[in-house]
Amino acid sequence: MKIDHAQPLEYSTDQNQLNILGFWIFLGAEIMLFATLFTAYFTLSHRTGSGPTPAEIFEITPVLIETFALLTSSFTIGLGIHAMRLGRKNAMVTFFGITLLLGLCFLGVEIFEFMTYYHEGATYQTSAFTAALMTTLGTHGAHVTLGLFWGTFIIIQVIKRGLTPQTANKAFIFSLYWHFLDVVWIFIFSFIYLKGMM
Amino acid sequence: MEFFQRFAIPHPSPAIYASMVAIALVSIGIVVGLTYFKKWGYLWREWLTTVDHKKIGIMYLLSALLMLFRGGADAIMMRAQLATPDAKLLDAQHYNEIFTTHGVVMILFMAMPFIFAFFNLIVPLQIGARDVAFPRLNALSFWLFFVGAMLFNISFVIGGSPDAGWTSYFPLAGNDFSTSVGTNYYMLAIQISGIGSLMTGINFCTTIIKMRAPGMTLMKMPMFTWSAFIANIIVVFAFPVLTVALIMGTADRLFGANFFTTSNGGMDMLWANFFWVWGHPEVYILILPAFGLYSEIISTFSGRNLFGYRAMVWSMILISLLSFLVWTHHFFTMGQGALTNSIFSITTMAIAVPTGVKIFNWLFTMWKGKIRFTTPMLYSIGFIPLFTIGGATGVMLGMSAADYQYHNTMFLVAHFHNTIIPGVVFAMLAGLTYYWPKFFGFMLNEKIGKLTFWLLTIGFVLAFFPMYLSGLDGQARRMYTYSEATGFGPLNMLSFVGAALMALAFLAIVYNIYYSYKNSPRNIGSDPWDARSLEWATHTPIPEYNFARLPQVSSSQAFWDAKKKGHELFKGEIKDIHMPNNSGVPFVMSCIFFVAGFSFVFALWVPAVIALIGVFVCMALRSFEQDHGYHIHAKEVKETEAKYGKVLNNEDRSRATSRV
Ligand code: HEM
Ligand SMILES: [Cu+2]
Repeated sequence: MKIDHAQPLEYSTDQNQLNILGFWIFLGAEIMLFATLFTAYFTLSHRTGSGPTPAEIFEITPVLIETFALLTSSFTIGLGIHAMRLGRKNAMVTFFGITLLLGLCFLGVEIFEFMTYYHEGATYQTSAFTAALMTTLGTHGAHVTLGLFWGTFIIIQVIKRGLTPQTANKAFIFSLYWHFLDVVWIFIFSFIYLKGMM
Repeated sequence: MEFFQRFAIPHPSPAIYASMVAIALVSIGIVVGLTYFKKWGYLWREWLTTVDHKKIGIMYLLSALLMLFRGGADAIMMRAQLATPDAKLLDAQHYNEIFTTHGVVMILFMAMPFIFAFFNLIVPLQIGARDVAFPRLNALSFWLFFVGAMLFNISFVIGGSPDAGWTSYFPLAGNDFSTSVGTNYYMLAIQISGIGSLMTGINFCTTIIKMRAPGMTLMKMPMFTWSAFIANIIVVFAFPVLTVALIMGTADRLFGANFFTTSNGGMDMLWANFFWVWGHPEVYILILPAFGLYSEIISTFSGRNLFGYRAMVWSMILISLLSFLVWTHHFFTMGQGALTNSIFSITTMAIAVPTGVKIFNWLFTMWKGKIRFTTPMLYSIGFIPLFTIGGATGVMLGMSAADYQYHNTMFLVAHFHNTIIPGVVFAMLAGLTYYWPKFFGFMLNEKIGKLTFWLLTIGFVLAFFPMYLSGLDGQARRMYTYSEATGFGPLNMLSFVGAALMALAFLAIVYNIYYSYKNSPRNIGSDPWDARSLEWATHTPIPEYNFARLPQVSSSQAFWDAKKKGHELFKGEIKDIHMPNNSGVPFVMSCIFFVAGFSFVFALWVPAVIALIGVFVCMALRSFEQDHGYHIHAKEVKETEAKYGKVLNNEDRSRATSRV
């Protein structure tokens, strides 16, 4: 494997560059995926049947906690990548760990939120609106869940193998993924929750 | 007992029982044969675990041919049923299942893998690369497609086939009207193979952007690579829409969600919109690579550079953009206002302009050329007038006001077969004949090839042109029978004869492969057609590393200029070559996907959850795996090259030129 030392570690081999480009293209597909989900949600959000409307079930507190957790985690993973560029393995691992804890916190609140909906009689089967809501949130939540596992694996590898072109590449790609989930959440926060509560 | 009833077919018929027996016998035959000839190891090492783009391409090709026969059998049954009025060959339910599976199989499990086969076989060679960007992902894409296809194909012997049309419109496809598990199969099989397609899209976009040979700028890429590039970009943007639509459809059917229902706020038109936001671009995913193949073939056999290279590229880009803006022309009559209809009518007709540009470019390429009428060229020449007719009737359908007359009649069926058969199927067969010698080391017989072309063309015209008439006369599509009094009988009989001729043509292809395998001379050299682009610059059979040294490109006809103008393609020394290791994971993971899909179809939650965990375990293992591939050392490469007898002097070159 040829390593180009003029480049940051995560870009330093040909395969690494391919991986990063490939992942950007994958994110393009993910944008389409979430755009479609949002379209479905906007089309169906007024079609509540005999179930509750958005304003009746949305609550600001858990959503704010979720937003805070996720936005902060995007910041900490940025710090993690910065530490990685400086070659400071322990700092990087710490920041990645904090990121994942914040992600876990987000997920916990989201599950709590889903349970509340359920008790309020807004289940997946209630109406087109609830189905679209839970599918959109659920898809994002499933991405976060996957990210928690993925991130954990990467931390283990960095600890075991150190900062190599391979581990750096994986960590960098994971950070792209994590930032992307954050961007999607900002859309969910503004256009689903804030708009729905107004 | 109840448990087993779920797997029973709701509408059994003797034909289905016969197929069950046939499937069982063939499977046993394969297992026994592999064991007897001790081929399990070979199969595993050389094929099931391969990550070589050439072998993956060949597997796509074989699967596509197999599916062509599955879809073709459906087609023949439909035409036989419609050949005479009041026929009793099939009942209504069986007919519904057959037109549904025919449509799905032909588009998703025949045409798609066919073009993916060519992406795999040709693109890396044409850009002078050693493989695709992510070889192992490529294997996973193939196996996901394959298990998706198999999942779809077992539907008619286990639990019943989907019967709501290949468009699967809701509420018809909902639980109330499609009571068997058939539509579950539809949702899950397409989902699984769709994930594979999306990954192919990502893989090839990356490959084409990053792995082109030195000197090959975008505007020097061969036309097929251009078409593959654009098609793969469309894949990346269109398939996620289908993914979401299928998730929602599955949720409606299995979890009682209300996306597309007619109660609790559901909206059936949402499905129609999502389906066609994917579905229309899908048509261009198929047709653009077909155009790319025609471009290669026409320029080779006219002995000229492609006329209007830039116009060709720009027209493809324009078509790909427009393809996302026309989807509602598939439901002009479903109650969207006049303004919407007018807008989509105009965008639809606009597509004819760049397509027309391409047609003229091919014609001008041939104009002053010295045409060689080989089999691939015959298909390409036949394609032009036939496709133009299909395009013209497409413009007719695109006029929303007039569409109220032909909507859902045989006129539409005639139109889309008129574009998709000369457009895509002819291109595939032309490409198959053209590239066969490169991949298998012998030519297909030209006599049988030409006979096939004529059978297919005449069959096609007989089969589909009468439908324009019966459609304008009011024969609806998807009707399993009609009465004598309608007068549709004779036209449909004619169609049946045509379809039978087409079936003969497809058999002739198989015979041709068999015949040529037995009789064709080997040692045909690496460039038997005197062709123009880089895939012909490597040896036949192609060494696993494709090129010992990567080519240096300075024009869009790199190989041709090397032959004619003495450009030097391969410079410098032979170095160690890095290759990826084989892997069993893509195959195993896809099999687990199959289990997951099957369990979901029948709502067997325990195995479904176990299988999903299995998928995640595979991904986790992959994350921890350290696999740096291996190197073929320069010495070994040189020895291999020496075996081809031309390390330094490309003797093929002189042979090829002297033959013209
Ligand atoms: C080889 C000869 C073929 C014949 C004789 C044939 C015949 C037919 C017939 C009779 C129908 C049903 C019309 C109806 O709705 O009543 C049909 C539908 C259809 N065919 Fe073909 N076909 C052929 C090849 C193809 C190919 C190559 C493709 C695509 C690559 C294709 C795609 C479709 C689709 C998408 C439908 C619509 C299915 C539906 O209504 O849901 N066909 N075909
Ligand atoms: Cu269309």
